[in-house]
Amino acid sequence: MAADIVIRAEGLGKKYVIGHQTDNVRYVALRDVLSHGVRNAWQRTADMFHGRVSASGHTTEEFWALRDVSFEIRRGDVVGIIGRNGAGKSTLLKILSRITEPSAGRVSIRGRVASLLEVGTGFHPELTGRENVFLNGAILGMTRVEIRKKFDEIVAFAEVERFLDTPVKRYSSGMHVRLAFAVAAHLEPEILVVDEVLAVGDAEFQKKCLGKMDEVAGHGRTVLFVSHNMQTLSSLCSRGIVLAEGKVIADAGMEQAIAAYTVQVAKQSSSTPHILYDSADSKSGADSAIIRVELLDQAMAPKIVLPSCGSVIFRIWMRSNVAIPQGSVILSLRTAGGSTLAKFETNPRHIQPLRQTGDHYVDCRIDSLPLMPGQYFVSVGLAHYGVRLIDWKMDIGTILVAEPTAPAIEMSGYPEGPLVIEHRWIAESAPQARLAAGSTP
Amino acid sequence: MSDAILSDPEPILVLEPGRAERHYWRDLWAYRELFAILAWRDVAVRYKQTVIGALWAVIRPFLTMIVFTLVFGRLANLPSEGAAPYSIMVFAGMLPWFLFSTILSEASSSLVGNANLIGKVYFPRIIIPSSSAVVALVDFAVNLAMLFVLMLWYGFAPTWHIVLLPAFVALAVMASLGPALLITALNVKYRDFRFIIPFIVQFGLYVSPVGFSSAVVPSYLRFWYSLNPMVGVIDGFRWCLLGGESNLYLPGFLLSLGVVVMFLWAGVAYFRRTERSFADLI
Repeated sequence: MAADIVIRAEGLGKKYVIGHQTDNVRYVALRDVLSHGVRNAWQRTADMFHGRVSASGHTTEEFWALRDVSFEIRRGDVVGIIGRNGAGKSTLLKILSRITEPSAGRVSIRGRVASLLEVGTGFHPELTGRENVFLNGAILGMTRVEIRKKFDEIVAFAEVERFLDTPVKRYSSGMHVRLAFAVAAHLEPEILVVDEVLAVGDAEFQKKCLGKMDEVAGHGRTVLFVSHNMQTLSSLCSRGIVLAEGKVIADAGMEQAIAAYTVQVAKQSSSTPHILYDSADSKSGADSAIIRVELLDQAMAPKIVLPSCGSVIFRIWMRSNVAIPQGSVILSLRTAGGSTLAKFETNPRHIQPLRQTGDHYVDCRIDSLPLMPGQYFVSVGLAHYGVRLIDWKMDIGTILVAEPTAPAIEMSGYPEGPLVIEHRWIAESAPQARLAAGSTP
Repeated sequence: MSDAILSDPEPILVLEPGRAERHYWRDLWAYRELFAILAWRDVAVRYKQTVIGALWAVIRPFLTMIVFTLVFGRLANLPSEGAAPYSIMVFAGMLPWFLFSTILSEASSSLVGNANLIGKVYFPRIIIPSSSAVVALVDFAVNLAMLFVLMLWYGFAPTWHIVLLPAFVALAVMASLGPALLITALNVKYRDFRFIIPFIVQFGLYVSPVGFSSAVVPSYLRFWYSLNPMVGVIDGFRWCLLGGESNLYLPGFLLSLGVVVMFLWAGVAYFRRTERSFADLI
């Protein structure tokens, strides 16, 4: 392993075993059940004594969350790991931070790794802010001496000086997140592994965290970073590794990696379901609950990637046990960075979507989706209009907006920001003449 | 590549299937601060959360002692050990028994209770059940203080044997950790194993010589009775606390010691073998 390579993964794989229950067999002889039961019990007992992970169920299936992943990371690299949900990003981070062991291949790591897969791991609500700093610091791998040395800095960063001796359970969620992130931000390992943790907290604090991350990356520290926020990734990382179905499909500069990712998502879109969210099987005792959210295009055909400025229909299915005439349905879109872009709510004066009981849906149709290419979070909810929420599903799905299909709108040079606002640039007919006139009054 | 490793001052960590435990004990030492702070957290939370929690540590052994003294000492008229008052004898036996039962129940629920830690950070998992044993030791210290008060009350003086108390406490902890680790590890996969604990605790209280002296066991059974590891531990405690009034039945004690060591070995070995998959199961 050359001196400047700090992580080398060779043929890394992680296998999970999933059990299936085959209940659809019509005729089951008691003999079969017994023999199966005995065989199963024997197998499980054997597994137990060998410390193997065995799955329950009649048939088991192997599932490779990661397969044959190889890469090298040099000292000082800041690498973004991109992929859709379930592409294996989290599994990779878990292996690198030793939480779970690989099923195949090997990883060599040089230097101390600190992993930040969650903000505030181990925070205990009964303990005070001060106590939690020490607890969380120790959990993240800091020594007591280190924490004591940085304690004031951590507290100042979190802006919670006045509440240090208050139990954390009395903190607002913002304070909680700030304190937790402050501890994490003061870790000084050689290699830092960060899962999507910046999608929390208010915008101001997020900016501060990003600044801190930038600083960390600037100090020659090696950072592995998972995020859905392409903007953050491209500003922080110099290199990107794209995962899809457990395999590395691109390993290149960040811009190229993002491009490869977008292409891959678009390619997959035809086969992936258009369902953003589905919990139709779950039983809920609530008066009314969201059970499913689908994405459709104008022709009511399923859709996963939405072209910028294209039309889209959000079909929101709900299950009601009680009719609520004054009920409303809410749809909200947020950026990957977490700021709300829009929030729509039905008005009972015009439409009463919760008037029926049973399973039914309401469509929210957007004729021209004014969003820049990128990923956005969708939240949906049900409410007693203007009174209180009945059900709120925060960030239940992500939608991917791609480049506009029709040249309906001109994408200017290097656009920034989440919104597409119809606009035109108009050149003046004779600029030089006017400038000359203006400068010599 | 191997040359580079040898010449390199920075250690290289290699993660491979089945390799996780190579530096197990060294890792464990490196994580001693985490052990200390988790133990401190458990103790702090326990005594912070409830006044009753602290009070409970006093009331439970006190009431148990009274009931056992009445039932076994007065009603059944069982003999005490030597000149020691019956209630002191009961209390000396209850000390290790409560230590055992608390460790067993605290440890077995500790992994599932700390599932979020296990899924998010690496550390030798054995730290969690072991640190929850520290809570039991704090309760033990409270109970020990109560015993000393009781001894003052009866004017009963311990002998030099008491110097060996730390060794017997260590033995009691080992006797508890063995089965505790075994059940803890099993409980991660088979959540119903925790239902065994109340049974062990309740059943064990009667088959172990807590409310009575093991001297009342017929002599031809005494050796086999010591297959229960707590018999040796409790006898040891009584020998240590009641002084020369209690005789230690040596063959039985050694048998118990053997069972303790066997359980501890099995517990640690099984825990180590399964802990790699905890994060995937929990």
